[in-house]
Amino acid sequence: MSWADRTVRGKEHVSAVPSLTIADLQGDRKRRNRETQMRRVFRLASLMSVVISALIVFTLVRGAIDFLRLVPISDLIDGSKVPGWFPRRERFDLPTVLFGSIIMGSIAMLVAVPFGLGTAIFLSEYASPRVRRVLKPVIEVLAGMPSVVVGYFALKFIAPDIVQPLFAPDKVQNMLAAGMGIGILIIPIMASVSEDALSAVPSSLREASYGVGARKSSTVAKIVIPAAVSGIVAAFIIAISRAIGETLVATMAGGLDGSGARATSPLDPGLSITAALTNAAGGTDGVNSGAPYQVLFFLGLFLFALTMILNLVGARFVRRVRQKY
Amino acid sequence: MALVSPSVRSTTQERVREGLTRRDRNVAGLVLQVLLLLAVLITLLILFTLIVRILVPAVPVFRDRGFGFLTGTIGSDPDKVGIWPGLYGSFFIALGIIVIAIPLGVAAAIYLEEYATDTRVNRFVVVNIRNLAGVPAVIYGVLGLTIFVGWLDPITQGKTVIAAALTLAVLVLPIIIITSSEAIRAVPQGLRDAGYGVGASRWEVTRDHVLPYAAPGILTGTVLSLARALGEAAPLILIGAITGLLPSTSLDGSFTALPMTIYSWSSKADVPGSVLGFENVAAAAGVVLLVLVLFFNVIAVTLRTKYERQRTGT
Repeated sequence: MSWADRTVRGKEHVSAVPSLTIADLQGDRKRRNRETQMRRVFRLASLMSVVISALIVFTLVRGAIDFLRLVPISDLIDGSKVPGWFPRRERFDLPTVLFGSIIMGSIAMLVAVPFGLGTAIFLSEYASPRVRRVLKPVIEVLAGMPSVVVGYFALKFIAPDIVQPLFAPDKVQNMLAAGMGIGILIIPIMASVSEDALSAVPSSLREASYGVGARKSSTVAKIVIPAAVSGIVAAFIIAISRAIGETLVATMAGGLDGSGARATSPLDPGLSITAALTNAAGGTDGVNSGAPYQVLFFLGLFLFALTMILNLVGARFVRRVRQKY
Repeated sequence: MALVSPSVRSTTQERVREGLTRRDRNVAGLVLQVLLLLAVLITLLILFTLIVRILVPAVPVFRDRGFGFLTGTIGSDPDKVGIWPGLYGSFFIALGIIVIAIPLGVAAAIYLEEYATDTRVNRFVVVNIRNLAGVPAVIYGVLGLTIFVGWLDPITQGKTVIAAALTLAVLVLPIIIITSSEAIRAVPQGLRDAGYGVGASRWEVTRDHVLPYAAPGILTGTVLSLARALGEAAPLILIGAITGLLPSTSLDGSFTALPMTIYSWSSKADVPGSVLGFENVAAAAGVVLLVLVLFFNVIAVTLRTKYERQRTGT
């Protein structure tokens, strides 16, 4: 309504002017000023994101440097000197938390890849439009699941009712239970990114395959999946990045135990990078100085760098799919 | 015709006919289909189990406590605790996002889609936003701890709900920018051209044509990001949300949020003599959070389908 009024008014304005000059076409000064103002406001808003990134990098790097002044980098990797991760005793063995993240992340991928990719292939290649209309919102519900709820589920169901009877670990909380919980959380991202890639494969490729007599299964396995492979790789990488960055499930169900120095068994309790972060913050009530606090920034920087590299590589693969089709 | 001798033709015919009518089982195809169906069904089963396993322990809490559970405060007796401080914190976090992140995010999206030219700076901004969206939530907690709790202490009063709201606003900002950009990009170019054609300025076209057309898409994205922020606990642990006792709720004092109450109650040992366990109240708080998040999700999906239908005219 309002735009219709405005258009009419605009017309009247134009018809009221007998002969046009450049100044007339520029509009009145108030309008032009408003235009520059709005442009400036929007530009400022878009630059806020750069400011945020700069602040993230700045706080992390500054804090990490302070941390490395307190704890020499050789102490972080020399396991013989400082086994395990005990911030309060100032023992920071980086491989301990790195192994924790890698083990939980790998278990998560073992859960997320078959279910996420399977769901994606089913949705894009086999499901009828009606099934898809029902299934997609359900997957979106899973995607919107708060991680703390999945953490509760991993702690109160997966650990005691699935992992305990099957593998009988020493402790109820362990990396296997946490890894499975993280896996559930990243099924949707695995499914949606790879489904995008599969749907981007032009149907002419499928038709050509059917045209030479290939079956549905051969078409899917030999034409569609290979054509979408870079998107599937992208899904894989982005899912790993999410799995490593996932915090709540790793904290709640993973055992929060850095004593199993460089623990390699998924049945042991462990500590991921993210769990070490929350542990350091939650365990230092009121303390905001010294190595046990500064380690927050060092771990944060480490995690930031790790996930950013993964995300950049993932984005490159996504772009490859877009360029191809 | 003459090139193919009759005998060759008949064998080809036979072979083709055989190929077309042969009843052989496509074992590999069947196996693949069954496996895919299994993957989908197990995923659905996981979701179903998750919801059941959080609903069942929550039932006695809602039955015994009723509204008392919503108005009670956090504490050490599972028979008396409630989620009021959590709801209070989450409400102000949501308010912070609506007031700060949504206008800022939409403005940034407008710049990137309507104003920005393909310069190196703008390309960098876009790449940067995509990267920010992939930064793990805990990292925003470290940022919030330094900046909103530390540097901006005079404004936020330290570890308060204001600092939490600002932190989560920063967390969802890239998501809001990306989804709003997509919504704005979907606006037909003809709409803009028509506006410019009658002499409207860029801001006038944006305000009167682009934004109204993109509004449902922008709304869907922002509602989803709101749901995401409400469920986020990791940054709150970092900036010092309270997990123990919280006698009173205020804007300038200690705070907690709904996901934080679930987090802390989940790992608390049961108190002997109490009817309800912390496991039950954690589940009940989880149900409340799930209802809130799903409510927002349903709004978002309904909005999207409604406007998609309207636009395609079906």
